[in-house]
Amino acid sequence: MTSIRSPARGAGRTVALFSGAALVLVLAIGMALCVGRFPLSPAAVWHAFADTSTLAGTVVLDARLPRVLAAVLIGAALSTAGATFQAVFRNPLLSPDLLGVLSGAAFGAAAGIVLGVNPVVIQLLAFAMGLAAVGLGLFIAHAVGSPGVLGLVLGGVISSALFASALSLVKYMADPLSQLPTIVYWLLGSLAQVGWTDLQRFGVALLAGVALLCASGRILDALTLADDEARSLGIPVTQVRLITIVLATLVSAMTVSVAGMIGWIGLLVPHVARQLMGAGNARVLPMSALMGAIVLVAADTFARTVSAGEIPLGVVTELFGALAFLLVLRRLRRSGL
Amino acid sequence: MSLVAQGIAFRHGERMVLDGVNLRLDAGEVVALLGINGAGKSTLLRILLGLLTPVAGTVTLDDRPLAAWRRRAVARRMAYVPQGHAAPFPFTVNQVVALGRIPQAGLGRRLSADDAHAIARSLERLHIAPLANRVYTELSGGERQRVLLARALAQDASILLMDEPLTGLDFGHQLRMIELIRGLARDGYAVLHTTHRPDDAVQGSTRAVLLERGRVVADGVPREVIHGESMAAFYGVALDHVDIDQQRFFRYLPDRHPR
Repeated sequence: MTSIRSPARGAGRTVALFSGAALVLVLAIGMALCVGRFPLSPAAVWHAFADTSTLAGTVVLDARLPRVLAAVLIGAALSTAGATFQAVFRNPLLSPDLLGVLSGAAFGAAAGIVLGVNPVVIQLLAFAMGLAAVGLGLFIAHAVGSPGVLGLVLGGVISSALFASALSLVKYMADPLSQLPTIVYWLLGSLAQVGWTDLQRFGVALLAGVALLCASGRILDALTLADDEARSLGIPVTQVRLITIVLATLVSAMTVSVAGMIGWIGLLVPHVARQLMGAGNARVLPMSALMGAIVLVAADTFARTVSAGEIPLGVVTELFGALAFLLVLRRLRRSGL
Repeated sequence: MSLVAQGIAFRHGERMVLDGVNLRLDAGEVVALLGINGAGKSTLLRILLGLLTPVAGTVTLDDRPLAAWRRRAVARRMAYVPQGHAAPFPFTVNQVVALGRIPQAGLGRRLSADDAHAIARSLERLHIAPLANRVYTELSGGERQRVLLARALAQDASILLMDEPLTGLDFGHQLRMIELIRGLARDGYAVLHTTHRPDDAVQGSTRAVLLERGRVVADGVPREVIHGESMAAFYGVALDHVDIDQQRFFRYLPDRHPR
């Protein structure tokens, strides 16, 4: 009896969990639109959508909404990219930065700041250098004839180190009074400067990337197999792995170029999603997207409301991430994984 | 349905790992492949699976060169059962076996009712249906081996290549696995498995192949190929055998020097 009943019960539980997460996300977005230096009641937020000409309309639609939507997209993107990297590299405790996307993007942004180019170009430089760092890591892995998981990790380590040293050089060359603080602030990660134009540039691409990653759950399940096993199932492992890495990297690089370095979410959220949904990536990825969105909306709201000035979002995620990681480690040790 | 290797050679750097290996596998057979560590068993297995390309010789699957087959088409005819399965994530037994449907279903679409039936059938066939929703990493070694075999059966492949399916199993599970393999051969599967246990090869196989330093030194009826004299020479230790009630047992003779 149990074997007949339990799949149905499992499906019911899945629907309940997804509905619950979606509801929490809606509530988190609603709350984020209400709170801030200019507090609004839920009714006032509702009216702001109806009449955009008021002060409340300006606050909600021009300041808070783009920022909250960016938090939703970036949280979802970081979490799905993290879950993807964890599956591809067969390690449940990896962040999307494994192959050097953050080091590359940080270098790109810092170089842009020192060159004095406009913010859009800084974003593009960060994006391009994030991709370049991962590209270099992949190239190193293939050049030394080791395109397997270990080779890719080592290629990523070398590439990360190169871009980290380049970042240090740029910081050393930067004007310590004007440029260096800007670089440091950028590296801390923030959504304070995000507006509708950023969403126009990256919103659709981010959404598409997250949707594609969410749809590739079964591919990711297959990639968790050892290479020989996967190949014996007819999977062109090297190509599939490369495509998946490129997609997850594009998504991560976009988040860094919009919001700077936001740590821990890509590592922790998929992990918690897996605790709830089991290991199957067809469920883990969409749940990671929802939970990542919730976490980043909450963290960003906290960052901009906890004090008179604003704490950089990256600092908030680092702080709570480190504490949450402690709990995860305890669970991991208990489950023996 | 047949898998034939002819004149297979493989080189690892300067060392010839395999040198002129001929091997044939047909439906209904259980072929035990014996060899000391480093004899080239795993390399041969990987070449037969099409995972490695030999420097010389050809592998043909159903009279067609393996290289001419599409990889997915090979996976629908031939399945690999690894010795173990690194499982970094807590997949359930059902999810592990479902991966065996990839050659049939592809990666792009959801599993159909047919796939679900094939998965359920494989679990039933190996008597592990009650484990379907258990987490793979929480199972015993014997149960895990069955799950991997179930994944291979879910592929609907008729040729099974198994890498040391008995290694790491307790005595009871070894005997049950031997019986399972024989049952599969009776149902028309062709099974090739590597093993380090001559007595199991005699009991559980229809044919035995001895691989020594990259060459096949014997290929035939297990009782004729695997006996005290051949095993003493093969493994370089003093031993003989006794037959009791159709079963062959090997005795280690530490006082005697190997011939």
